[in-house]
Amino acid sequence: MNDSLWFIFINASLINNFVLAYFLGICPFLGVSGKLETASRMGGAVTFVMIIASMSAYGIHALLITINAPFLQLISYIVVIASTVQLVEMFIKKISPGLFRALGIFLPLITTNCAILGLALFQTNKGYGFLESFVYALGAGAGFTLALILMAGLREQLDLADIPNVAKGTALTLLIAGILSLSFMGFAGLGG
Amino acid sequence: MEIQTTEKKKGGFFESLQNGPATDEFIKGLWRENPVFVQVLGMCPTLAVTNSAENALAMGLATLFVLIMSNLLVSSLRNFIPKQVRIATYILIIATCVTVADYAIQAYSLDLHKALGAFIALIVVNCLILGRAEAFASKNTVSKSFWDALGMGLGFTFALLCLGVVREIFGTGTLFGFPVLPGSFQSWIIMILPGGGLFTLAIWLLVFNGAKERKAKKARAL
Amino acid sequence: MFRAMVGIGILCALLIVVTYEFTLPIIKKNKTEALEKAVFKVLPGATKKITYKLNDDKSFEEFHQERQKEQLVYAGFDDDGKLVGLAIEASGQGFQDVLNILYGYSPESQTLIGFYVLESKETPGLGDKIEKDKAFLDNFSALDVSLEESLDALKNLVNPVKHGTKKNPWEIDCITGATISSKAIGKIIKESSQYWVPIIYNHKDSFKQ
Repeated sequence: MNDSLWFIFINASLINNFVLAYFLGICPFLGVSGKLETASRMGGAVTFVMIIASMSAYGIHALLITINAPFLQLISYIVVIASTVQLVEMFIKKISPGLFRALGIFLPLITTNCAILGLALFQTNKGYGFLESFVYALGAGAGFTLALILMAGLREQLDLADIPNVAKGTALTLLIAGILSLSFMGFAGLGG
Repeated sequence: MEIQTTEKKKGGFFESLQNGPATDEFIKGLWRENPVFVQVLGMCPTLAVTNSAENALAMGLATLFVLIMSNLLVSSLRNFIPKQVRIATYILIIATCVTVADYAIQAYSLDLHKALGAFIALIVVNCLILGRAEAFASKNTVSKSFWDALGMGLGFTFALLCLGVVREIFGTGTLFGFPVLPGSFQSWIIMILPGGGLFTLAIWLLVFNGAKERKAKKARAL
Repeated sequence: MFRAMVGIGILCALLIVVTYEFTLPIIKKNKTEALEKAVFKVLPGATKKITYKLNDDKSFEEFHQERQKEQLVYAGFDDDGKLVGLAIEASGQGFQDVLNILYGYSPESQTLIGFYVLESKETPGLGDKIEKDKAFLDNFSALDVSLEESLDALKNLVNPVKHGTKKNPWEIDCITGATISSKAIGKIIKESSQYWVPIIYNHKDSFKQ
């Protein structure tokens, strides 16, 4: 791979934003993007878990290659990610109750977030090394947080607007997300 | 591959189709509790791989296959699965089914596998499947769970096709690869871009909400 | 509880291993066929493919194992067993994401003779013209990559230019509306050919049937 790290970061956060280009993690995106504060916390929690998951996925992949069992990839990723999140949750609870209160409610939700598994699979497909995986996870998390915060900002404004009944809820959120997705397309080519 | 499995099972459960409850489990997933339009579950594959009708159909069938297999396994093992670790067990079973589906698709067609990319593997975290395992298969008999999975899976496939067909017709002027619109039609590229997926789903939801609203109004008028 | 978990674990593992063992030969065959098809596309006239590995001392040898991290080239031969050319894989950043391409090089005429996109996520309708635009693909029917007299570097580097301004046989005529994607292709080929062409040309006798 000849991509520079900066490139990987831009690619994961802006050009191929996980939410707006790959639709990964769209469930929490639609669910918790109502308020700016929850959105930024959720973003922080996801970034945190992404980095941990990406590191463990790197380890598993290396292990699976040495024992020559590629067919166990999916199972081991999902099991390891789920249990790491659990461990991290317990760990944070012990070490820093303040941080736990801030992230706490979101951590279990994140386990089944497709963005996490997606990240692990993409980084394996792209053949990233340790440092590259780390930067990729950081970029993906930053992109996710950015999309979530932008969305939350827009939706807070919309609370005051007069919206026809049919469009309330998911439909409107999807329309806004569509417009956001189009504007994020403007970032394409930044890498070239 | 998926279709064969469905047909084989159909014979065994044919009797239960004639009884009321089985038909009910089957129908509810198709329409009344449609996973995408009503429950808004499994959004990420819904949006990501529906840029053509063919991809949408393949994704729908893969999900249907995984759903049926996991529901069958979970419901037949439901008395053995320890309560404390049930979610982890479901995830293990689902991941197994997805791995099987993944290899089956790879063997069937590499191009299709390339088009669907990592989204086949991501069926694992499709909330629809875990949801059905936890809410239905863990409490019901094997045959009921089968009809539930078939209904939900077909409902999901139907919803994916709704998106895929619209996006392909407007985005490239074709349907399943065959041209359907006149050559002079300037295709709307936006429809096959990610944004188009969000717009199309939003419009379908508007249509469904509108229909619901009108029905409610009629009911009130009576 | 423990016994139940182990039982379920074994059941799952069994299912996966059976599927894997059953589908592996089919998948392998599909992959080989797909690669062969791509190689024959960039080397018009070729009907047989042999894979070569580049050793550290810049010599080539035939390669038949599972690919790990080796640098490979694919030699294509026609019906009479004559070398048509070599297909080379290359990748680089495109407009949206990484582009993987395959191109054909003929040591005999010292030109690039074919080009095929293996993997791209370029914008449909715009960037994906690099796979369909006929005028653009015609660039690669005879793109000049001849070597200096000393045989260690290209005389003229491959150079992407604005649409309609191509004058020299080593320039690539880009596509309007897909400028960045086509320029990216030009850049990938430029870098890759700079590296591969001298090595291959100086060892062209190692590719024999």
